[in-house]
Amino acid sequence: MAQSPKAGTRKSAAKKSDARSRANGPAPLSRDEETEAYRMMLLIRRFEEKAGQMYGMGLIGGFCHLYIGQEAVVTGVQLAMREGDQVITSYRDHGHMLACGMEARGVMAELTGRQGGYSKGKGGSMHMFSAEKAFFGGHGIVGAQVSLGTGLAFANRYRDDGKVSLTYFGDGASNQGQVYESFNMAKLWNLPVVYVIENNKYGMGTSINRSSSTTDLSQRGASFGIPGEQVDGMDVRAVKEAAERAIEHARSGKGPYILEMLTYRYRGHSMSDPAKYRSKEEVQKMRQEHDPIEQVKARLLAEHSVSEDELKGIDKKIREIVADAADFAQIDPEPDVSELWTDVLR
Amino acid sequence: MPIDILMPALSPTMEEGTLSKWLKSEGDTISAGDVIAEIETDKATMEVEAVDEGVLGKVLVPEGSEHVKVNTVIAVILGEGEDASALNAASAAAAPPAPAPAPAAAQAPAAPPVQTAPGAAPQAPAPADAEVPDGTPMADLTVREALRDAMAEEMRRDPDVFVMGEEVAEYQGAYKITQGMLDEFGPRRVIDTPITEHGFTGMAVGAAMTGLKPIVEFMTFNFAMQAIDHIINSAAKTLYMSGGQMGCSIVFRGANGAAARVAAQHSQDYAAWYSQIPGLRVVVPWSAADAKGLLKAAIRDPNPVIFLENEILYGHTFPVPQVEDWVVPIGRAKVVRTGDAATIVSFGIGMTYAMKAADALAQDGIQAEVIDLRTIRPMDIDTVVQSVKKTGRVISVEEGWPQSGVGAEIGMRVTELAFDWLDAPPVRVCGKDVPMPYAANLEKLALPNVDEVVAAVKSTLYL
Ligand SMILES: Cc1ncc(C[n+]2csc(CCOP(=O)(O)OP(=O)(O)O)c2C)c(N)n1
Ligand SMILES: [Mg+2]
Repeated sequence: MAQSPKAGTRKSAAKKSDARSRANGPAPLSRDEETEAYRMMLLIRRFEEKAGQMYGMGLIGGFCHLYIGQEAVVTGVQLAMREGDQVITSYRDHGHMLACGMEARGVMAELTGRQGGYSKGKGGSMHMFSAEKAFFGGHGIVGAQVSLGTGLAFANRYRDDGKVSLTYFGDGASNQGQVYESFNMAKLWNLPVVYVIENNKYGMGTSINRSSSTTDLSQRGASFGIPGEQVDGMDVRAVKEAAERAIEHARSGKGPYILEMLTYRYRGHSMSDPAKYRSKEEVQKMRQEHDPIEQVKARLLAEHSVSEDELKGIDKKIREIVADAADFAQIDPEPDVSELWTDVLR
Repeated sequence: MPIDILMPALSPTMEEGTLSKWLKSEGDTISAGDVIAEIETDKATMEVEAVDEGVLGKVLVPEGSEHVKVNTVIAVILGEGEDASALNAASAAAAPPAPAPAPAAAQAPAAPPVQTAPGAAPQAPAPADAEVPDGTPMADLTVREALRDAMAEEMRRDPDVFVMGEEVAEYQGAYKITQGMLDEFGPRRVIDTPITEHGFTGMAVGAAMTGLKPIVEFMTFNFAMQAIDHIINSAAKTLYMSGGQMGCSIVFRGANGAAARVAAQHSQDYAAWYSQIPGLRVVVPWSAADAKGLLKAAIRDPNPVIFLENEILYGHTFPVPQVEDWVVPIGRAKVVRTGDAATIVSFGIGMTYAMKAADALAQDGIQAEVIDLRTIRPMDIDTVVQSVKKTGRVISVEEGWPQSGVGAEIGMRVTELAFDWLDAPPVRVCGKDVPMPYAANLEKLALPNVDEVVAAVKSTLYL
């Protein structure tokens, strides 16, 4: 079984978070949790592969940022969340939406710009929302969601409703000024927000080493008094365990918490990125040794005595969901032309 | 069923490419995610990954082929238990998939109704103005007091309304607009922020996306430049981008435009800037009665509202109707002075020049009609056009710059909608096209003045 890629890098975590020994790796998941994690990660992966294919066929336009490789991050965090907790993220958002329980059909139909899409075809890949599932977007401006997500937490505090805002952003976004403006206010007012930094090591073609004066992003809140830890973002167990700790911290009134998820995107930044800034070997190594789905699969087979047939059954179900979403996204009509003028104002 | 592999489009603009290399051969087993070929686009060499699994049954386009059109079948994958005999069936079905189906009526957008410019959204008629019944008691209030009363009344009425900004609480407001509010509403609802416009604006917009109704005070709108991304990209566009699911009811208010001797960075009028953005309402009151009634309307409005005040006007006193709930509808201009010789259109502090100019013109026997736009977006152009149909002349007055200014918009719309009634070209009186100078004499020159308005009106009368 694959070893965690950064097993030794949790320097800050051990000091800052309450003591649970992690010497023996993350706490195991139950059979049900592992199965759910497998199902969700596979759904995201297959969905994204399909989206990539449909982009190739010209059915999806514009920018399309795939989440392949990073599936364990949203999946693990979701396992630690409570009903009503909010999620907000960047343009690399398909996985987050599926993990929030949004329908594959509605997401795919938004990618193809159809009326049955979550935004009636008016938002596209980067701008989707679900008031019902407390998914607050889908934001195309790098870093914008960090202030907005802090505002979700502000509202939770204002209403004192016990909800926590899960605010995701990238390693590249972590250099935006508004991130630190948000950190300051979040700690000043002890807002219930967990900042999940998805460090996939690149912001477009710029590696973190070329963009960031310090690369332990979990410590970016240190000068504001915000605790943080680095997490093996390829291991859904580690993600879930850390997310539980962070969410509990935020919910209990202690204020914000930073989780730096060490992860990796297998595909280019967007569909039109040939990814010349990194070697094939680097990508191959990640896929072969740290793939989040393979890790869960191996455990399901070895530790939870799930049979190959059961897994095949899950695979088949997921292929059906994705194929159905893809069909729907092609048959569903484009929005009525009258939609051009609607939803500008209420 | 065998599965076709199609020539993919690998950028938003790619139509064809070169299939430079096959990395798998016929008979090879393929798993989802395997790189199977390399393709050269006009911009780069890209890898093609398999989405399906099976055995590569047949390569239909050999490597080295140039000008391969997107969606051409380049190879066929066989599923479990299929052999090459299935290939005939596959190639029979190998026509590229039908392109995205055309919707029922994908032609030109529905034509907007008449009375709006081409490309403008269909505009609802301006709402009826607030009535002031005869005998309504009036109180003389400053604009400053009127604004405070509006916020306080709305905060008493709706617990979701709160005010935040720099120095709004303990200091009682940099311009004392929030005087006394901390005492009445407490620190939960009257919130001093750090000096962090980009961050606190985004935060307020996020809170508004959950249904709260923030009033964001910018110490002055000059500093809102740091926050303009959230005002436009996050606040104004979210309702549209979410297909109507999620909007934000939020007011951005504060001093706008030139104050006195604070020079270029602290003296800019943003009315024209914000008025360009669909998804925003832009309100610029002049009188205390309008400041109060329009701010109450802005707080209740379910959309983001830019509320541009003026530091010099804060201390001006006007009669304000003493009624239970004084609300002035957004989107309605007001004829403040009637006349038949020419139409002067202004807003905010521009009204002080317009009104004085009308007085001066009256001394010469020229009766100018003066319209206070009050709302810049949506603009009540009907009220302007009705007046122009009577006077045949239109003169706009604003402190902002001329190019693409509010005056430019008024001139264009009047030309579109009342060309046949015009007896002279529209004229605009604006701030001069320079950054605001500090020196007292230059500052005076940079701003419009009453004489310029009088001269502009006379020019339309060929006097
Ligand atoms: C303010 C802003 N600047 C630049 C861009 C263009 N851009 C889009 S994504 C991106 C890289 C962001 O990288 P990261 O935050 O690491 O997220 P990832 O794409 O790796 O998920 C850039 C520069 C943008 N969308 N917004
Ligand atoms: Mg990144």
